[in-house]
Amino acid sequence: MIADHLFFACINVLLAWSVYVVLLSGSLSFAQGAFMALGCYCAGVLTVKLGWPLLPSFLIAGLFSATLAMLVGYPTVKLKGIYLILVTLGVTVCVRVLLENFKFIGGVGGFGGMQGADLNSALWTVAFVALCLYVFSKGALQRVCDAVREDELVASAMGIDVARVKLYSFACGAFIAGLAGALYGHYMKFVRPENFDASLSIYVVLYVVLGGVNNLWGPLLGALVMTLLPEYIRVLAEWRPTVFGLAILIILLVRPQGILQFRTNTHRLKESLKNG
Amino acid sequence: MGDILPTSLLSIEHLSKDFGGIHAIKDFNLEVKAGELLGVIGPNGAGKTALLNTITGFYSASHGQIRFNSHDITSMPIHQIARLGVGRTFQNIRLFKRMSVLENVLVACRRTKSASMHFFSSKQDKEEHLNTALESLTMLNLMDKANQSAASLSYGDARRLEIARALAGKPKLLLLDEPAAGMNESETLALIEDIQLIRQKVISVMLIEHDMNLIRKLSSRVVAMHFGLKICEGSAEEVLRHPEVMSAYLGDDDERPT
Repeated sequence: MIADHLFFACINVLLAWSVYVVLLSGSLSFAQGAFMALGCYCAGVLTVKLGWPLLPSFLIAGLFSATLAMLVGYPTVKLKGIYLILVTLGVTVCVRVLLENFKFIGGVGGFGGMQGADLNSALWTVAFVALCLYVFSKGALQRVCDAVREDELVASAMGIDVARVKLYSFACGAFIAGLAGALYGHYMKFVRPENFDASLSIYVVLYVVLGGVNNLWGPLLGALVMTLLPEYIRVLAEWRPTVFGLAILIILLVRPQGILQFRTNTHRLKESLKNG
Repeated sequence: MGDILPTSLLSIEHLSKDFGGIHAIKDFNLEVKAGELLGVIGPNGAGKTALLNTITGFYSASHGQIRFNSHDITSMPIHQIARLGVGRTFQNIRLFKRMSVLENVLVACRRTKSASMHFFSSKQDKEEHLNTALESLTMLNLMDKANQSAASLSYGDARRLEIARALAGKPKLLLLDEPAAGMNESETLALIEDIQLIRQKVISVMLIEHDMNLIRKLSSRVVAMHFGLKICEGSAEEVLRHPEVMSAYLGDDDERPT
């Protein structure tokens, strides 16, 4: 039981990070459920139909999601605010319908036979992604993304190719979601397109809103709290959507930047350098 | 600077910019020569900022051509114009407020070398960026505030950070949009000294300003605009004494702008 809960917490943490990575460059994506589904089915086809080992299948699944995100993202990442949200929601719906109509991967009936993912592999993936995000947060690219998120026009006046930054961060988000999907499928052993409907994508965004959007620990905290709390507090489990909605409402009113709202500087100047 | 420069760094030919029926810039011709500091004056709404926005790609030109350092930049995207070496500041200060002062400057540092996007910059690059950043912070006296958040700066310091950030991109042409706006007299005097220092780092400066004192002390040539048209150009004294400039600023009064 505990392993189950922790596994789903890991998946949700990965998904929350996939939203966070896209949000780094200022776009809000409600398509992470779709990219998770694509990763899940892609990895499933590779392991079940082609007999590939897990690790390369998972990586290819991530790349597959990222590639499709590039294709979808190329014309859309320039859209702002509500328009991008609508497009990403549309992607979620389209992907589900698409999967339901592919007989090759089971259609509405679902697709099964994947196996081999366990809590350990999920923890390793979380650790790997966390390390990447941590290294990223200390570097120049973090600054570039922050600049794009804060003021696109000024960022481009600094020579930053805003469209490209947004496209790459959209693709990286899809990669992480694809990994999460591959893990999920190989843990559940059987998935159906309806596992990845729009409400999943919306929930994931809310984890990030709740936890905080300014650093990588916020989404982690948000996803952990919202996945694990209802499992251990029975009262909460019955009222889960209500509690969740209320929590979001309160956070938005009291701490609109999320629970963990700090941002660490990518580079601090040593005192000794200041005078020299 | 190793590269050979044409005598005019920026040349604008027959440039027009319309917003619906409003002509912000009309058939405008201008040369910015290598090594000069060109002052652009004109009453509010004369089209000075529109001109700057059209040069930097923020607005697309309706007609005409803009050439910079022998590249046609008329319809280039903003970031490519910036990478060619056109730096700018903003009239309404637009710093990255969530970042520190140092980070604001570092953001501008990173795409001077090549046009491609490097995922992992080498240690050497990093050091070079840091040096460039520190150099421009030192030049504008912002070193002791390097780790502060940009949002915490005073008005004058925020204006200086705008300039430091533009400078960190190592521009060949620096466009300053009313850098002295809202500054008191002593801040303006300090700014004049800073701009004189900066001139050693960039090839040419185009300075949009209302403060005639600043224009007189700094510019080697002045262009006056009114209703999107260039009404005259020449030395600061000539232009400020020109009857059309005076009537543009003061109606038909005989007093000259101060």
